[in-house]
Order: sequence, then structure tokens, then C-alpha cells
Amino acid sequence: MTAVAAAVDTPSALPPHVRAVPPSPVHQRLRRLWGGLFGTPLNSLITLVYIGFIAVVVWPFLDWALVKAVWVGNGDACRQAQGACWAFVADKIRFILFGLYPGPEQARSAAALLVMAVLIIATGLPALWRWPLLVAWGAGMAAVLILLGGGFGLTPVATDVWGGMTLSLLVFVAGVLMAAPLAVGLALARRSKMGGLRLLSVLGIEITRGIPFIAVLYAATLLFPLMLPAGAAVDKLLRAQIAVSIFVAAFLAETLRAGLQAVPRGQYEAAYALGLSRWQTLRRIILPQAIRTVIPGIVNILLNVFQDTSLVLVIGLFDFLNAARVAANDSDWMGRHDEAYAFAALVYFTLCFCGSRYSLWLERHVSPHRHDHR
Amino acid sequence: MTRSVPPVLPGSPPARKPPILSGIGGALRSGIAVGAGRIRDWWGEYPGTQLLAVGAVLAVAVWLGTTLSGNLARLGLTPGFEFLSRSAGFEIGESWIPYSAADSYGRALAVGFLNTVQVALLSCALATVLGLTLGVARLSSNPLLSRTVQVYIEVIRNTPLLLQLFFWSLTVHALPSPRQALAPLPGVFLTNRGLFTPGITATVAPLSGGVLLLIGLGTAGGLWWLLRRRGRPFRLGVSLGAGGGLTALLWAAAGPAWGLDLPRLSGFNITGGRTLSPEFVALWIGLAVNTSASVAELVRAGIQSVPRGQWEAARALGLPERRVMRLVVLPQALRVIIPALTSSYVSLTKHSSIAVAIGYPDLVNVLNTTANQGGHVLEAISIMICVYLTLSLITSALMNLYNHRVALRGETHR
Repeated sequence: MTAVAAAVDTPSALPPHVRAVPPSPVHQRLRRLWGGLFGTPLNSLITLVYIGFIAVVVWPFLDWALVKAVWVGNGDACRQAQGACWAFVADKIRFILFGLYPGPEQARSAAALLVMAVLIIATGLPALWRWPLLVAWGAGMAAVLILLGGGFGLTPVATDVWGGMTLSLLVFVAGVLMAAPLAVGLALARRSKMGGLRLLSVLGIEITRGIPFIAVLYAATLLFPLMLPAGAAVDKLLRAQIAVSIFVAAFLAETLRAGLQAVPRGQYEAAYALGLSRWQTLRRIILPQAIRTVIPGIVNILLNVFQDTSLVLVIGLFDFLNAARVAANDSDWMGRHDEAYAFAALVYFTLCFCGSRYSLWLERHVSPHRHDHR
Repeated sequence: MTRSVPPVLPGSPPARKPPILSGIGGALRSGIAVGAGRIRDWWGEYPGTQLLAVGAVLAVAVWLGTTLSGNLARLGLTPGFEFLSRSAGFEIGESWIPYSAADSYGRALAVGFLNTVQVALLSCALATVLGLTLGVARLSSNPLLSRTVQVYIEVIRNTPLLLQLFFWSLTVHALPSPRQALAPLPGVFLTNRGLFTPGITATVAPLSGGVLLLIGLGTAGGLWWLLRRRGRPFRLGVSLGAGGGLTALLWAAAGPAWGLDLPRLSGFNITGGRTLSPEFVALWIGLAVNTSASVAELVRAGIQSVPRGQWEAARALGLPERRVMRLVVLPQALRVIIPALTSSYVSLTKHSSIAVAIGYPDLVNVLNTTANQGGHVLEAISIMICVYLTLSLITSALMNLYNHRVALRGETHR
């Protein structure tokens, strides 16, 4: 494979006028494809096995998911059909997206979802990385909380009925927002020479990273209420939120530390030589470079965190995955778990796949070292 | 924010006086100077700020601690680990060691721990096999194969583990009933009641079995060390052979009554052999498949990290393709792969706590029941933290040891 690639990619050393007429690019590509498919006995065998795989696995799946699927109708229509029952997803979509949120008020949950989605997309555009974005986040999250919780003329809705995709996104977004300053503090403390601060930060980071997320969730839900004075109650959502942010902060801090380590010492020296104070150096010179270096790592962590928020179901929160699972228990539709999970998987996949492609794009466009690579 | 503060550069070595080699007094003095420098560093430039920050954290911790102990006292709970010897009072679905509800909490935790170990070990093994195969397939020159593996990896990485686990749980429960059981291998049955495999019946007490195992391992380890000047395959063969042989010999001498117990269909269920519950099978496959995607990526990255010149040089020396891979590429790739692989194993073990969601009784599940039932929240969570932390620390220590051994000679940084 490598030899073929090298022969095709290396420009000929001969001057252009003595070179033979090269085969057209299409021709070349076809030839390479043919070589890959049937070039060696092993490749031919793989290709044949692959055709068998399509017949046995892929085609029956497509048959179930698309050809024989029921797109509109009710439970009876689905029971008679052989294929997937997408009518179930269409019927239950409001429950899957908004959980137990009271029916008449679901527009508010939808609006909150939209606000968070817009903010996330805006944050993804490097052109908007200015301080007004922070203001927008503050205002946006306040709006989300008011929309969901009520007040200012809206009917109050208790946090235990918040749910669905809105809840998943809220736990993720709020967790990350709370974690970010903590992570910066922990990373700086871990890099500091001051022993006391460093010790605290190392302990915090390593303990949190060393235990499973579910353990952190249990610690927050079971232990935290016991640590508050009698009478003071913290609702379950906020407890889960605290667990998520502690967990995220530990991972972000480690990534940031790598970024801080990558900033050359000359940058500090140059900044001090220009008469900047330590704080100014940190804020204007060091942190921006450190964060830029590790942006792809941060995006990867965030994607994992978004997937991990589905674990809040073990403490009884009604996130997107849990809502999809519970929707399938509806007696009208008779346990449509396959469709529920397939739909949830499709949504998670779409979001996270776009996220990971975005991370690759960002790596090429924003990294401070983009000119050094390759 | 005064500018007159001479900036101490982060990461720069502390200013030390050169060691004075003439006389003990000088050495002592320089030692004190270095020590003083360290202490100065420890305190930093802003000792006040540091004291304030550390003090604040400690104050919050103390406040939380006192409220906690106050609340516990109010609820009539005394923190401590003596509850471990009390009767647990709950059943556990599956266990390696005999267990009933009348047994102690300590024994219940041991059951949970062994279940975690079981699922973690088996999943790591399966994930490694799957991941290696997929990683090599990913590099295949056949575009169909490499693209399919790529799609597999993307699907696995971009959906939550919990969702995958629900899927596997659903799949396992949709398997045929014992009467129409799938039998992929003779003596192995795959049904909606779980996986049935042949078991070994032995009437040797677990303790003497453990002693035998230790003797075997000790012999193998000792020989490994004694033969350290010999070639690798010889050394490995001799030490493993001697250790295994000795164990087998002692085992036979102890006169165990042991045999193979095959599962068979009787009535509507399968009896005999070893039963692995549907929850275990779902968790096992789920964790293994999930981790196999990252292992495949690690293997691919590892193989690709070996410079092309190494392949070409090996071929130029006339080595056949297989030996190029085995003798030249793989040893260099493993240097990159193994540390990352180890951390995948650790995260797999941590992820196994997701067992709670499908009802497999692992350590976290048992601890959660313990915490909810007897009010031993603080103890349960400290045990959880200690067990997983110990595991992470042991792994990272082993990883450092390995890195130290395989690091290139003369290499200063990576």
C-alpha cells in the first residue's frame, strides 16, 4: 500500500516535456480502488466477506429501519408491521425532548433549549470570542433559568419535573460554566510553586479523576445534604449540577495544565521585561496561549462530558436518554425500546459527531502552532 | 500590583548556592541554604494570599465536617467501620464466594469487589482482542474494510456508554430461551437467562488454592529474576513452565477431586456449569465494545507513529513482512501503545460502575445499597474513593515503571 502511494504521490524528477502523458486522475483513482478491493488474494477475500456482511447485517437493518417501517399511524398499525415504528417516536417526541415538564408550558422548555443551542453555536465561532460573549452567556443562562423555573409572570415549575433534552443540555452547559473558573484556578495552583496551594489542587484533581463519575454523583446526592445545617435543603438537580462541575473541573484543569506547560518561558520573560505585572502577564499573555493550545483537547472533554450527563439517570433525573427509555414503557405502544434507543443514538451521534468534526476544524484554524505542523 | 517585585519565573529551578565541597561545615551550610530556598519557594511570593486561600479551604472543610458529624449524631449514627461486621440483610444476585443476606456487610462488599474485578478483567481482555483486530483492520489497504471500521469507531465514540449498555441489555434479553439456546461452542450456551459455560468443580479450599497460586507465582518470578541474563523467549518459557509445573504438581499431590462440569438442558432451564447472568453479559460486551474503539485508535496511532524509514530499512535488510511487523514495527509501536492502553483499562474499570444502571451487583452498586439501607453514607463513599484511588495509583506506578524501562537510552524528553 505504502509503496503504491509513494509512487503515485511523488512528482517525477523528469522535466515536463519528456514526461509521458499521465493517466487521467479518474483513471488513477479507479485503478487504486481496484487494487484495494481485489489487488491481493487477501483483499479479494475481505471484499467477498464484506458483501456477505451487507447481505446478513446491513440489509436486514435497513429493511427494518426504512423499508418496512411505519412512519405514521398508531400502536395497532405498528403491531401489524414488521419494521420499525417511527410513528412512536413522532408521537412521543414532546416527552422525549421535555420529559415530565407540564404540557401547556412546554413552549418555555423549548425556548430554553433554543437559547442554549444558539449560545453553544455562537461560542463555536472563533470570530465571536470577545468579552460580549460572556455577557451573552450570563444573560442567556438567566433567561433559561427564568423560562424553566418561572417567575416574572410565568407559572413556577419545580425542578423535579424538568427533563428531556433541555435537562441534558442544562446539566452540561451549567456544569461546564461552573467548572471553567474552578479549572483555571486549579490548573494555576497546580503549576504554582506555593506548596500549600499546589498540594490542595493536586489532591482535589487526583481524587476526582481517580474515582468513577457515578461515585461523584452519589457523593453529591447522598453526602452533600448531610453536610448542610439542619433545615437547609438543596434540590436534586443542583446536587447533580455540583457533581458534574467538580468532575469536569478536574479534567479541564489537567488539560489546561498541559497548555500552561506548553507556553515557552520566554513568553513570561518578555512580558515581565515589558513591565506587565504578574496578573497582567497571566491574563493577557499566558492564559490565551495556553487555552489556544489545548482547545481540541477541551472540545473532546466537553463531548465526553455531554455523553456522560446521561449518567444522571442513576440518581433519578429525567434526562434525554432516560426520557426516551421511559417513553417506550407506554402501554399504547407496547415496549418500543428499539426505536427509542435508535432515536436517542441518532441524536447523540449527530451532535457528538458534528462536535468532533468541529474540533478537527478548529484544530486546523485556531491552533497557534498551525504553521509548524506538517 | 507593584512592578518592583522581581518576577520569579514559574518552572525555573530555585536559586541555589553552589555546593561547597570543602569540609562538612560548608556542606551543612549549603544544605541549609538549599533547604531555606525550598521553604521560601514553598511559601511563595505572597505567603499571605496563600495562607488565606488554604485557610479558607480548610475552614470550609472543617465547617462541612462539623455539620456532617452534628447531623449524623442527630440521626443517631456513629461514623465508623464496625458496621462492616454486622449482618447486611440484602441478597446479591451473583457472587463468586458463598453469600446470603445473613452475611456481614464486609462480605457483601467483598462480593461486590470480586464482581467488579471479574467484569473489569474479562472486559479488558475482550476489548484488547477486539481493539487489536480492529486497529489492524483500520490500516487495511481494502477501503471497504478500513471504512467500515472507521464507521464502527465513530458510532461507538459518539454515543453514550449508557445507551450502548441499554442496547446490549436489550439484545441479551432478546436471545432465545434455554430450550432453543444458541451454542456457539460445545458446552457453551447463549440464552436470555445468561451465558452458560463449563465450570471446574474442585474440592480444594480457596485458601490452599491461593497458597498454591502464590507458590507458583513466586517460583516463576524468582526464576525470571535469576535468568535475567538469558534471552527473552527462553527466560519466559522456563520461568512460566517451572512455576506452572510446580503448581500443578502440588495440586495433584494434594489430591483434589476435580472435574469438568458441563451445562445441560433439563426441563425449561439449563443446569450445571458456570452461569453468567444476562446483566453480566450485557455489561461485559458493552464495556468491551466501548473500549475496543479507543484501543483500535491507539493501535492505529501506535503503528503509524513508527517512521516509514523503519519499515523500509527492515525490508531492505530482507526481512519478510511478518517479521518486519513483529521485530521492528511492533516493539516501537508498543512503546506508544502500552501506556495509553493502561489508562484505557483504568477508565474501563471506572466505567464498570455503570453496572448500577442495569442492576449488576458491582462494588458501587453494593456500596450504594449499603449507604441507602443502613445510613452508612460517609463510610460507603470513603471505601469507594479508597478502592478506586488505590487502583489508579497502582496502575500509574506500574505505568511509570514500564515507561522507565522502555524509554530510549539517552532520551531526555518525550
